[in-house]
Amino acid sequence: MAEHAATTDNNIRQVAISADGVVKTFFNAEGEEFRVLDGVTFDIYRGETLVVMGGSGCGKSTLLNCLIGEYAVDGGHIRFKTKGMTEPTDLCSMDEAEMNRLRMRFGILFQSGALFNSMTVGENISLPLIEHSYVDPSIIDIVVTLKLQQVKMLPHRDKMPSQLSGGQKKRAGLARATALDPEILFYDEPSAGLDPVTSAAIDELMMDLSKKLEVTSVVVTHEMDSAFRIADRMVMLEKGRVLKIGPRSEFEVIRDADPATLSGVDEQLMHQFLNGYSDGPLTDAEGLSEFEKLINADSRA
Amino acid sequence: MTDAPSNTTQSGGGNVPGKLYNVVAGAGRASRSAAGQVGDVVRYTGGMSYLLGDTISWTLRSLFSRNVKFGGRAILVQMFRVGVKSIPIIAIVEVFIGVILALQLAPTLDTYGQRQRVADVVGIAIVRELGPLLTAIVLSGFAGASIAAEIGSMVESEEVKALRAHALNPIRFLVVPRFLATSLMIVVLTVFSDYIGVLGGFLTAVYILDVPPVLYMNLTQAALTTTDFLTGLVKAGVFGGVIAMIACYEGLRVSGGPAGVGRATTSTVVKSIVAIIGIDAVFTAAFYALGI
Repeated sequence: MAEHAATTDNNIRQVAISADGVVKTFFNAEGEEFRVLDGVTFDIYRGETLVVMGGSGCGKSTLLNCLIGEYAVDGGHIRFKTKGMTEPTDLCSMDEAEMNRLRMRFGILFQSGALFNSMTVGENISLPLIEHSYVDPSIIDIVVTLKLQQVKMLPHRDKMPSQLSGGQKKRAGLARATALDPEILFYDEPSAGLDPVTSAAIDELMMDLSKKLEVTSVVVTHEMDSAFRIADRMVMLEKGRVLKIGPRSEFEVIRDADPATLSGVDEQLMHQFLNGYSDGPLTDAEGLSEFEKLINADSRA
Repeated sequence: MTDAPSNTTQSGGGNVPGKLYNVVAGAGRASRSAAGQVGDVVRYTGGMSYLLGDTISWTLRSLFSRNVKFGGRAILVQMFRVGVKSIPIIAIVEVFIGVILALQLAPTLDTYGQRQRVADVVGIAIVRELGPLLTAIVLSGFAGASIAAEIGSMVESEEVKALRAHALNPIRFLVVPRFLATSLMIVVLTVFSDYIGVLGGFLTAVYILDVPPVLYMNLTQAALTTTDFLTGLVKAGVFGGVIAMIACYEGLRVSGGPAGVGRATTSTVVKSIVAIIGIDAVFTAAFYALGI
């Protein structure tokens, strides 16, 4: 595991989450093993926005599910060190009660918003507060108002999720994710399915919340415009491994480089991905990615 | 399973090695399929048992622990959905059952000159057996399918994942209210369906079979005991729990998008009906053995 405090620019940076050699495998109906995460190791520092990116099937959604405790890892460790913790706590050794205590320290914005369809927007946001606190309903009402104001959704408080647009659902989902004042926010494809203007507005909102609430943000996305807008650091996954992790500026250099100057397949691969080119090491002569080939093989089987 | 060697699979009788191979291969395939099905049944039963255990545990904790909220409002919402909305269809089914029973029995009882005894038979059949059974079958299609579809859709739209992410246990939040509401409401609905079924028999007997109304009521009252009612209600409560468990289990394990939700609803109805009739047979045998 990496050090839980790293020194940069004379500032002590506390590690909030540490993934150490994380392995996750799945089995298909024939019993074949697919190692989706193969020794993923990186740290996420407190207060930063880390963008996890990679092509379809690279393991980024699986990684997110492992980080939020949805999937149990098959190898390695995921350690959290939230405020008030003297020592980092290993996710793998937590029981359900401990996991739930940790879950109350983080919020998640799901790809679809994942609002509870039987409840109004306001009820969606108040639910975690009602369930995890014994405060007066009038206080909860005030908190819900504040959270909705933060995401500019107050006029939609009494609407049902089915009455909202995609962008509004994400805003409402974000308000719910921040209901318990989390220390860490996870975003699963926050720009997916949104037009560029709405996507940019959601990005602005995420950056605004990160500053105001001083949260650590982990964003899984393959929308490059969005990734370069919001990231402090970036991590690129390929075939379940970390290809590169570093500050956004390092990825900008690779993105903007002349392909002839790039050394090695990894940099060429990242250059292709970051620019969204169809030709390159990520795709074969027929223009198929590794993931597409896997899907095709699976459907043939 | 690999294909048989070509020299042993020639068609045209008399090729003993080929026939033997086919018999062995067929037996192998059958045993593998049977083993797979047994494995599925064991996995399903294990999963259901785990869900039932967890549901009972959360129900007790919500009743007796101050740290777990009871969720009374959610239970009331489900009681309304399961109970109130299914009243009309249960009424229609039960009144027809009462009519059918009376008309079917009348000719046989006529041969003994005991037409009025239709009251006894309809009463006992409805209260002990058909009231709880048909209420449960209607509910498995009405409430069970709806519960499976609702929870399945929640799984597909990541709502269940969102519950877990907010440290809200899906079993406490989704399964417990549906389990309690279905188990309680089916008992209430069974009382209702008992009366409606007997009413169907009464109307048929009085207006078609010319049985005097007072005689019909007296015979029904004399034929039925409190035990008859209670055994029916106990069975109904168990049926309700089984429907809720199957529906929630099928809903929670949905995968594959809308098609998966469709499979879960169909599966819920089929499995619920089979389970209800099986459990009813066990209850009937047990009551018979105990002389109840």
